[in-house]
Amino acid sequence: MIFGSRPSFFHLAFFLLGALMLLFIVAPLVRITLDSSASELSEALGDRELWASIFLTLRAAGVATIISILFGVPLAYLLAHARFPGRSLVLGVIDLPIMIPHSAAGLALLTVIGRHSLAQKIAGPLGIEFVGEEAGIATAMAFVSVPFLVNAAREGFTAVPVRLENVARTLGARPSRVFFTISLPLAWRAVFSGMVLMWARGISEFGAVIIIAYHPMTTPILVFQRFSDFGLTYARAAAVVLILVCVIGFALLRFLSRPKRGEVR
Amino acid sequence: MTLELKTVTKTLGDFKLPGLDLTVHEGEYLVLVGPSGVGKTVLLEIIAGLLRPDSGRLYWCGRDITTLAPERRGFGIMYQDYALFSHMTVSENIAYGLRSRGWSKAEAEEKTLDAARDLDIEPLLGRMPDTLSGGEQQRAALARALVVEPQLLLLDEPLSAVDLRLRRRLRRQLKHAQETTGTTFVHVTHDVHEALTVGHRVGVMLDGRLRQIGVPAELFRKPTDKDVARVLGMRNIFAASGFEDGSCHVDGVNIHVGEREDAYRHIWIRPEEIILSREPFESSARNQFRCVVESWEFHDVLVNVRVAVNEMKLDVLLTYASFEKLDVQSGTQLHATFKSSSVHCF
Repeated sequence: MIFGSRPSFFHLAFFLLGALMLLFIVAPLVRITLDSSASELSEALGDRELWASIFLTLRAAGVATIISILFGVPLAYLLAHARFPGRSLVLGVIDLPIMIPHSAAGLALLTVIGRHSLAQKIAGPLGIEFVGEEAGIATAMAFVSVPFLVNAAREGFTAVPVRLENVARTLGARPSRVFFTISLPLAWRAVFSGMVLMWARGISEFGAVIIIAYHPMTTPILVFQRFSDFGLTYARAAAVVLILVCVIGFALLRFLSRPKRGEVR
Repeated sequence: MTLELKTVTKTLGDFKLPGLDLTVHEGEYLVLVGPSGVGKTVLLEIIAGLLRPDSGRLYWCGRDITTLAPERRGFGIMYQDYALFSHMTVSENIAYGLRSRGWSKAEAEEKTLDAARDLDIEPLLGRMPDTLSGGEQQRAALARALVVEPQLLLLDEPLSAVDLRLRRRLRRQLKHAQETTGTTFVHVTHDVHEALTVGHRVGVMLDGRLRQIGVPAELFRKPTDKDVARVLGMRNIFAASGFEDGSCHVDGVNIHVGEREDAYRHIWIRPEEIILSREPFESSARNQFRCVVESWEFHDVLVNVRVAVNEMKLDVLLTYASFEKLDVQSGTQLHATFKSSSVHCF
């Protein structure tokens, strides 16, 4: 206990402020869940349109995350290890998608993956369409959420002592072997938590996605559309189902990624 | 199988290696000693190939290896914190180098077992590094480094992370490992005692420079200068002048040094060879001075008493028995006596 034998007024004040912070996060989620009636929920659970959108959302965010690993993890590793001119600029660039409004990000993205874009011309023959398609949704999600992956992975790699990698080299391991047997396993938990964060952020994305694809509808868009067309009661059940799916999903992932012995925590 | 460094320079942040020449002979145990922060780790990492020197070349058996990748040099490194792979068992740690060099799992396991037996850590093979004591970690790291039979093993302060009692044992273990494997060891430390105990040759590093290198006896006989003498832990070093007729002057005190051929600039008087007494006594010792006690300090089994002969401050090592018999107080008037053969000139 940090308080020692007798908590001071200072600590009690912090305790109170912290509790209010938590309440602020938990109260809306609990309230919306409690407000929805059982019949409303059971109806939502049988709602095929809702489930299609949930699966679409989870899948698109998942694809966005997995593809981003291929590019984001090498970048994170370099940023953690290499000192090069312009490194701090790169760090800033990575955070840009978090800073800019996501509707603006969606519009910006549209200029490079729109119907007449170079990207579309290259992807077209491969059967990939961006605008109004799942590939576009995944791209929008990737754009706004990849900073979470890169930053978490970078911190993970930074925490791996360089000496371990040095020793591995002197023992005869090539850089690739050092990466896959030392750096990545030791940073894995951070990389994984970055993946979970990125995925979660992708699922919740609204602004950028709606500009690239109103249809097919991801769940955040579906909830918004139902709210604006039919009102709170009708949108509520869909929102609650999405909240529950997310809470259960992330609780499960946190459990799977709990620290094991010897890992960098 | 000689390692040669030719005017190697490196600047890294505040640290500067201004141009180092060093030759390491095959099968020797070389210890480089110097205070912390003189770039001993940087030097080892340059030898290992983990850092590229700014200029200068490295040769191994006459071949230029300045730009050779660390995994192709066959030099091992052991760090102060041992740098065991925390996500692997001791056994996996030791086998890592063998597996990296393409050994099969079965072969690697067998050799790992042998290496563990040699260092008496067989029971630890299944354990994770964070469950080991400092001494166990050191032996695991040593086994991991030696199992691949490196041509050269670099040791970075290998004993500083363990307590004093264990250090003595591990020191013997290192020396033993070096002797039985015949591997060339380059060991860096700030502890001069450690250096003198294990090293065949000892080099003194100061300000990124190798100030002197040689066998321990040679260093003590003829340190190149005062700074080197200090690093070697020598006390009672004085700048001396007027070497003539077997004597010299230090701070206005005339000291007999015996017949010497050369002119020197410094003298060093062994503190354990100075005798303190209440009254002057008849002796063959040529140097006897009145002195005044200034202070004293307890050192393990001895007492270091500081006395002043005019302006010259002498450190004298006494046993507890002599210390009590003299009834030393601050300001006590005593006589300091030492032979001219206890005075070393350099």
